[in-house]
Amino acid sequence: MERQIAERSAQLPQLTEPRNPGMALDLDWVASVQANTSAIERRCATLPGRRSVKKDHQAAWLLKAISLIDLTTLAGDDTEGRVRRLCAKARQPVSPGLLRTLDMEGLTTGAVCVYHDMIPAAVQALADSGIPVAAVSTGFPAGLSPFHLRVAEIEESVRAGAEEIDIVISRRHVLTGNWQALYDEMKTFREACGEAHVKAILATGELGSLRNVARASLVCMMAGADFIKTSTGKESVNATLPVSLVMIRAIRDYFDRTGYRVGYKPAGGISKAKDALVYLSLIKDELGHRWLQPDLFRFGASSLLGDIERQLEHHVTGAYSAGHRHAMA
Amino acid sequence: MTIKEIFTTMEYGPAPESAAEALAWLVDQGSRFGHFINGEFTAPGADFDSKNPANGEVLASLTQASQADVDAAVQAARKSQGKWAALGGPGRATYLYAIARLLQKHARLFAVLETLDNGKPIRESRDIDIPLAQRHFYYHAGMAQLMEAELPEAEPLGVCGQIIPWNFPLLMLAWKIAPAIAMGNTVVLKPAEYTSLTALLFADICRQAGLPKGVVNIVTGDGAVGEMITAADVDKIAFTGSTSVGRRIREATAGSGKALTLELGGKSPYIVFDDADIDSAIEGLVDAIWFNQGQVCCAGSRLLVQEGVSDRFHAKLKARMDKLRVGNPLDKCIDVGAVVDPVQLNTIREMVAANRAGTMHQAQVEMPTEGCFFPPTLIEGLTPADPLMQEEIFGPVLVSCTFRTPAEAVELANNTRYGLAATLWTENVNLALDMAPKLAAGVVWVNGTNMFDAAAGFGGVRESGFGREGGWEGLAAYTRPKTKAKPLAKVEAFGGDGAPVDGLDRTAKLYIGGKQARPDGGYSRGIHGKSGALLGHVGLANRKDVRNAVEAAAGAKSWSKTTGHLRAQILYYISENLSARADEFSARIDAMTGRKSGKAEVEAAIQRLFSAAAWADKYDGQVHGVPIRGVALAMKEPVGVIGVLCADESPLLGLVSAMAPAIAMGNRVVLAASEPFPLAATDFYQVLETSDVPAGVVNILTGNHAELAKPLASHLNVDAVWSFSSSDVSAEIEATSAGNLKRTWVNNGTAPDWTQDQTKRFLQEATEVKNIWVPYGE
Repeated sequence: MERQIAERSAQLPQLTEPRNPGMALDLDWVASVQANTSAIERRCATLPGRRSVKKDHQAAWLLKAISLIDLTTLAGDDTEGRVRRLCAKARQPVSPGLLRTLDMEGLTTGAVCVYHDMIPAAVQALADSGIPVAAVSTGFPAGLSPFHLRVAEIEESVRAGAEEIDIVISRRHVLTGNWQALYDEMKTFREACGEAHVKAILATGELGSLRNVARASLVCMMAGADFIKTSTGKESVNATLPVSLVMIRAIRDYFDRTGYRVGYKPAGGISKAKDALVYLSLIKDELGHRWLQPDLFRFGASSLLGDIERQLEHHVTGAYSAGHRHAMA
Repeated sequence: MTIKEIFTTMEYGPAPESAAEALAWLVDQGSRFGHFINGEFTAPGADFDSKNPANGEVLASLTQASQADVDAAVQAARKSQGKWAALGGPGRATYLYAIARLLQKHARLFAVLETLDNGKPIRESRDIDIPLAQRHFYYHAGMAQLMEAELPEAEPLGVCGQIIPWNFPLLMLAWKIAPAIAMGNTVVLKPAEYTSLTALLFADICRQAGLPKGVVNIVTGDGAVGEMITAADVDKIAFTGSTSVGRRIREATAGSGKALTLELGGKSPYIVFDDADIDSAIEGLVDAIWFNQGQVCCAGSRLLVQEGVSDRFHAKLKARMDKLRVGNPLDKCIDVGAVVDPVQLNTIREMVAANRAGTMHQAQVEMPTEGCFFPPTLIEGLTPADPLMQEEIFGPVLVSCTFRTPAEAVELANNTRYGLAATLWTENVNLALDMAPKLAAGVVWVNGTNMFDAAAGFGGVRESGFGREGGWEGLAAYTRPKTKAKPLAKVEAFGGDGAPVDGLDRTAKLYIGGKQARPDGGYSRGIHGKSGALLGHVGLANRKDVRNAVEAAAGAKSWSKTTGHLRAQILYYISENLSARADEFSARIDAMTGRKSGKAEVEAAIQRLFSAAAWADKYDGQVHGVPIRGVALAMKEPVGVIGVLCADESPLLGLVSAMAPAIAMGNRVVLAASEPFPLAATDFYQVLETSDVPAGVVNILTGNHAELAKPLASHLNVDAVWSFSSSDVSAEIEATSAGNLKRTWVNNGTAPDWTQDQTKRFLQEATEVKNIWVPYGE
């Protein structure tokens, strides 16, 4: 275990950060939160024009993005074979030749994210890689199965070897303003996770307003979430920059108030290398450099990696790349 | 640094925009520029250098215009103007459209050249300045197209002299030239001497667009050239720049008959309520005061934060400041670029160094070691008594203080000589829409800041100047009504020593604050009929009576908040009461003037009151179609306190024609009655007294216009002065008005035909358009 930790030290979650223990539900704080949609959209619309990363810096940033990817397959037709292929890609996300040229051998993705039934296959395929397995849970994606089964699902997944659990919240608690119920639910999920880290999926596309996103973010952090995450990838609108800005501002406020750093995971809809760079600059500017590590930031994405690989090859060769030159997941 | 190292540090690294094309363009032009006169560049001199403020390098050498150059430019503009106007709106529209397209095609060249010359970040020139300049030409191509149909009563002014500042060189050029030429004027424009290059590139664009020679002329040089243009044979001066220069231009053009619009300085409040989205409000400040290095006339430079959230707000603000990136303006990853010139940098440094109050925080960021850079700065804990809360710094320096209540926020916000823009942040729509009309500003931004568009007028109140640029309201700055005024000779009173026509002595007093008051000086003058009979006495008002009348008018400010419906009712009531005494007024007018026009004059006056009453609740504002998800509400607000030197020749109709529209729009007036024939005005007191006109809304003085003009025009609490007097007071009024840059509307020795109903023209002068931007979205 010691040896493994040392090897994984670049990427393992929560190595240096104390885990967010949560706090009592502070409804006054929740009620005081505002999110002005137009202003938030303006900030996001101008950000790509304000921040630009070029040449070697761009390559380094894209490599960083790879190290932050939760390489994900969450499909009804997932098989163990498919999951093994994904895990192989997580171990070797970029062709060895390219990584050698860039002097970044050993780079892996941040984690692999699968459904519960695929955990054993993933754990086996990632053995000794240092790459954690994350499992979506609690009746993902809708979260409407019986509560005791949702809790039991977490416990099963942890037993099966998942080190990270991505839970889904009950959107109805947000939509009806029942913050106490949301808090209680999240707290129970967190307890069920034990040592595994818990990411709270807010399903922001179903919360109706950015203010609701901000308030749900805070309540989940108060209840002990290690990460807050935008989406399941199954909603009609998934991760967006405005939603991300709202969530990371909530994370910043929570840190200012409690001293605990909570991680952030945008998921769904981020498929271009350029988008990934914008996200990273958003995190760097709004939250700070510390959050650009896998213990505090992840991309939930499946096709993003392919675009980054092509950009990296372009960086090295100067010629635009083609998809078939890079190993598929 | 290796990629592996960057992987750890995650620094941004340089992301320079290439200057190669822009530098090559300068070299192609010989790196020396003359003026653009009559469609051609003149032979270049080498009088002064245009430098890149980020590194001090010389970009090109420019020519200081001589008097002969300015004359030639004005002459070219004059010669081409008739034909240009006669081309018609649709004909002119095609040229404006071509210019817009060319600006778009050369967008990056313009952006890079602007950044090289001015020091502003390439992001701003690329994403804001140049696109807005294009938009201005597109928008006004449309206005040219629509002019004949939509503004049938308007005609161009003629030749417009335009003097623009260095903070938005091309954008200010567009704001000036596009509406001017759209309306059929021709222009002589002087860019600021620090930043002339994009104007010269624009001149080249005009050639490419095939714009007829002489329609646009550009002369370069310093303030001396500006003075030459101001003095030249032009019909209008449009100036954007400092309040002190604006004041000098006001004085220089006084009495010349030249139209004038001024867009001057500001110390715009940025108000944050405790229910605001605090993070967004802080991000807004980045756009307010650290946009263009704070060298923005409407910069939100005066932060007012509600006490309860002040500590948290300031802590977050300082953290945000430390994330700003200051440096090479051509770097695409820079927030704050270079100050325009070492002279400006020194001004900022000196003003900040002289401040002893409050606590200063300067952004803890890496600063360039050379070039004109000043760190983003916050000085918190100031009070209105501190100079930096009142004086415009024109640099990246924010000052702040706190407030307790919305009412106090309004008081603090308006505690300034300026009135350009205001920003307010609250999630409460009731609060926002209650605050916006109360703020003394031409533009109010709700939950956003520094939003601009060609479709929404921009401009100030108070010492931030007058006139609007953009929108329908902006066209008034470049057109005039087609109606022609006739020359007006001094109308003399009749003298005589006849007996009183009335056995009982009648001495009219002044009408101040709803009461009849004796003149302060204790002097009266006899009013005689044509035959010399004594019709009565009137008081001779002096400057103290002016003071008292203005005080009464200022105190009646609740009139401005009444509804249009109520004001209409009162105007109808006035006309009803006047009508009841029509014969008496008619006889009085005839007796004073020795004419037989009294009856017609009274009837016309009744009609004027009806017209004003009709408009009181119908002179609507607009909702401008600006390209955001939101609205820009163009609200017509009363100007405030208006002093009027009423027409001498039509003693009742002249007074009523000015008074009725003014009070219909919610203004309060101080009227100087017809000097030779004042008794219709003094009789009118009783009509006012019986018509529910609140005290102070209408104040009437009698006496010599020449004596009353100066105290009225110099009074710093009077917002506008109109003169229809036959005394030669226009020049003095305009010159004296420079004190607080009040709006003036003077006759310059001409008279309108009072029998024609010009109510709409009066309504326009009686109102200011305030644009309230309200982005929305949940």
